[in-house]
Amino acid sequence: MNNKTDLIEYLLRLGDSALIQGQRLCQWCGKAPALEEELALMNVGLDLVGQARNWLDYAAELLDDGRDADDLAFRRDERAYRNLLLVEQPNGDYAVTILKQFLYDAWHLEVLKGLSQSSDERIAGIAAKAVKEVTYHLRRSGEWVERLGDGTEESHKRMLAAIPEVWRFTVELIAADDSEQRLCEAGITPDIATVAAAWQAKVEAIFASATLPVPASPSYFYLNARKGLHTEHLGILLAEMQFLPRAYPDATW
Amino acid sequence: MYAQLVETGVKRIKDLSEMSEQERAFQEKIDSEIKIEAKNWMPDAYRQTLIRQISQHAHSEIVGMLPEGNWVTRAPSLKRKLQLMAKIQDEAGHGLYLYSAMETLGADRDAEIDKLHSGKAKYSSIFNYPTLNWADMGAVGWLVDGAAIVNQVVLQRTSYGPYSRAMIRICKEESFHQRQGYEILLTMMRHGTQAQKDMVQDAINRLWWPSLMMFGPSDEHSPNSAQSMAWKIKRQSNDELRQRFIDQTIPQLELLGCTCPDPDLKWNAETGHYDFGQIQWDEFYEVLKGNGPCNQERVATRRKAIEDGAWVREAAVAHARKKQNKNAA
Repeated sequence: MNNKTDLIEYLLRLGDSALIQGQRLCQWCGKAPALEEELALMNVGLDLVGQARNWLDYAAELLDDGRDADDLAFRRDERAYRNLLLVEQPNGDYAVTILKQFLYDAWHLEVLKGLSQSSDERIAGIAAKAVKEVTYHLRRSGEWVERLGDGTEESHKRMLAAIPEVWRFTVELIAADDSEQRLCEAGITPDIATVAAAWQAKVEAIFASATLPVPASPSYFYLNARKGLHTEHLGILLAEMQFLPRAYPDATW
Repeated sequence: MYAQLVETGVKRIKDLSEMSEQERAFQEKIDSEIKIEAKNWMPDAYRQTLIRQISQHAHSEIVGMLPEGNWVTRAPSLKRKLQLMAKIQDEAGHGLYLYSAMETLGADRDAEIDKLHSGKAKYSSIFNYPTLNWADMGAVGWLVDGAAIVNQVVLQRTSYGPYSRAMIRICKEESFHQRQGYEILLTMMRHGTQAQKDMVQDAINRLWWPSLMMFGPSDEHSPNSAQSMAWKIKRQSNDELRQRFIDQTIPQLELLGCTCPDPDLKWNAETGHYDFGQIQWDEFYEVLKGNGPCNQERVATRRKAIEDGAWVREAAVAHARKKQNKNAA
């Protein structure tokens, strides 16, 4: 193992997560609870897919095997995908959608803030731009958690039901593997313990004002997206997303 | 054209001598190209016609997101996905902007949306056709947005100020969408495989006639046009606009290397315009009545979105109230 292999792996994790979260947001098109939300969901999705393209471009350059960002996005199988399990989960109702978005945003912003100080200038540049976008994402999703948590009896009940559905997947947000540990030591990525602590604090603060209980930290989950061990939902999502490039491998779009 | 067959509720146009003093002052303002603003006096029929037209236009933007939503999850590259997402976002923005313009006339957004869901309000007939391959995303941008622009460029000079200003802003974005749509098709035709070229021709074959129908019935069957023209809500007739669209689109079609699904289409050197075949008006009226291929699905999707989201909107209102009470305490 060297830094380059670790770095490619890490870029795929960042890019895949942003892309899959963006794809889930696309699925809301025309079905959101209000017109203002149509606009916001597409806006956040647009930022994320744009960030995914930046990360995957860089990954493709380092891979240097003839594949570009589109090949990475549209021609990799689920076992090669490295996105967080959290973002591949189905949208569910708006409570699930908002909760997934918030838990991801709170983690994402801390990671990006750290990355904007990266010793790798390319990463620092991409992250600095993304920090501005994700600051807005987090403000928005945090406000929605508060609205739904401390809104009506019905919305509170739905948020309570959403928490156990997605909480178990947050284990990936607060633990690093050896590869990330090495990148951190090289000054390329932020310290995961620092990210985890900031994430936990943000979640506790927003849940408190949303009158929602914070469950105990999950300690273990069978699957591990860092090793390409996903839930069954990812394969279906990719089948849809990758349809055209797979069905017409020689096509130019 | 995103508004077709807008009812004016007027049987006969009054001339100036038949008008009350208020009406005459209003018409003279229109005649001298002074914009009518929200606080100005206006005849009730003018107000109601505008509410119908602007709401129809806004509904069209929102329903128009659905045929694109059908492909946004399957866009074939990151660039195309980003483009389509940005376009859809623009359309939601246009919808919001138009509903706001409509609300300056005293109409209520939720009430008008209810009319859409109950089938009372119309939206552009074009969105009742399905999008069946990726080239449709190009053809919708090129033909549908193209037809909308031909109409909306004229509407920039419409007599009602807030509507006119909305059109100026919207036109800029629509032109961008149209170029982007054309570029999707051009890429497929110039660099694509035979299968892709077939997709493009197939999309054009399906969307050509419905795009021509977007301009509404021919002038002789457009009973509300005269009043709308007198009020300068409308500025040019359906047939004039349709002809302009055809004249500017055919050279672009030829540049693509595609054919038009109209055997009667040919250049007429005498008139300086293209002659074209008979539009199937029966189909147009059927689609408008609700019997198009996707009418039921489009309205059902929109209705379900708003119904399923009721608890979300209620929670937002309840939360805002709680916060207000806390701040007051």
